[in-house]
Amino acid sequence: MKVGYGKLMMWIFLLSDTFTFSALLISYGLVRFSYPTFKDLNPGQSLSDFTFSSEWWPTPERVFEAVPLLHGVSLPLVFVGIMTFILIFSSVTMVLAVEAGHRRDRADVEKWMLWTILGGATFLGSQAWEWSHFITGTGVGANLVFNEYGPTAFADFFFFITGFHGTHVLSGVILNILIFYNATNGVYDKRGHYDMVEKVGLYWHFVDLVWVFVFTFFYLV
Amino acid sequence: MANHVEQIEGERQKPQVKHLWKVFWILLIITAVEFVIAFTISADNDFGKWLKISIFIILTFVKSFYIVGTFMHLKEEVKALIWTVVLPVIFVIWFIAALVYFEGGYIGSVR
Repeated sequence: MKVGYGKLMMWIFLLSDTFTFSALLISYGLVRFSYPTFKDLNPGQSLSDFTFSSEWWPTPERVFEAVPLLHGVSLPLVFVGIMTFILIFSSVTMVLAVEAGHRRDRADVEKWMLWTILGGATFLGSQAWEWSHFITGTGVGANLVFNEYGPTAFADFFFFITGFHGTHVLSGVILNILIFYNATNGVYDKRGHYDMVEKVGLYWHFVDLVWVFVFTFFYLV
Repeated sequence: MANHVEQIEGERQKPQVKHLWKVFWILLIITAVEFVIAFTISADNDFGKWLKISIFIILTFVKSFYIVGTFMHLKEEVKALIWTVVLPVIFVIWFIAALVYFEGGYIGSVR
């Protein structure tokens, strides 16, 4: 197989990570559909009358409707939308760094790696804000045994799925900083190739890919 | 060796990035479309609810094809690597489809 060993192993690792995230999202779907919806228990009413109760699974757009600095304004899914944009943007800057690596253009690699690191850090900051908002809530808030939005499992899955993804983003940012540091010190020029940028790039794009699925199955559906 | 010569001559190659930015805009537009659909199609009846869910799932897969194919360059890899990655994923999708189709009906009776 005409593929470098490191790159092949990165793909195999990402495949195993795919199984982990699939398992998390499949369990989410399973548990979610085992609970009744608001409509099941209130047949006559419309979804606009939705209220939080531990009897039924919450509608995500009613849970995630806050945006920093806009206190009290209902902007459903806007902040997650912004987070999605940040991650897609940092994904394109990463692929630009990979492309610059193929040309062995050190200045370009440094520039695009910095943008990618910035995007990743911004995403982590946004997620920290969202977690703290979710935990504080409007009174009771949420923890692993009780939450104001719906059944216990809802907050549990929120913490586990977005938390596991956030951990991936964190390690991605650390790897990106490492690549930036090495590129700046001319390690890859000395080595004669920028293959490491490509391998870490694969990981970073995978993190973006997972977010695409989390966005759909946790926030949209 | 060819690359080495270019380095010595000090000529910077022109970046070939047009197709990368194109994929960025495609991903952004699809996300915006998902956003619009989330607030325009009403999920009050079963048809609207499942229409929304199926559109979201299809668009998610369209986005992942672009990310994996272009950003991760899987389209340009050798056939063996492509199948090493794609085949297990197909099995996972098969597993989910089979689980939903054959066992999904029992979910209503567990609680």
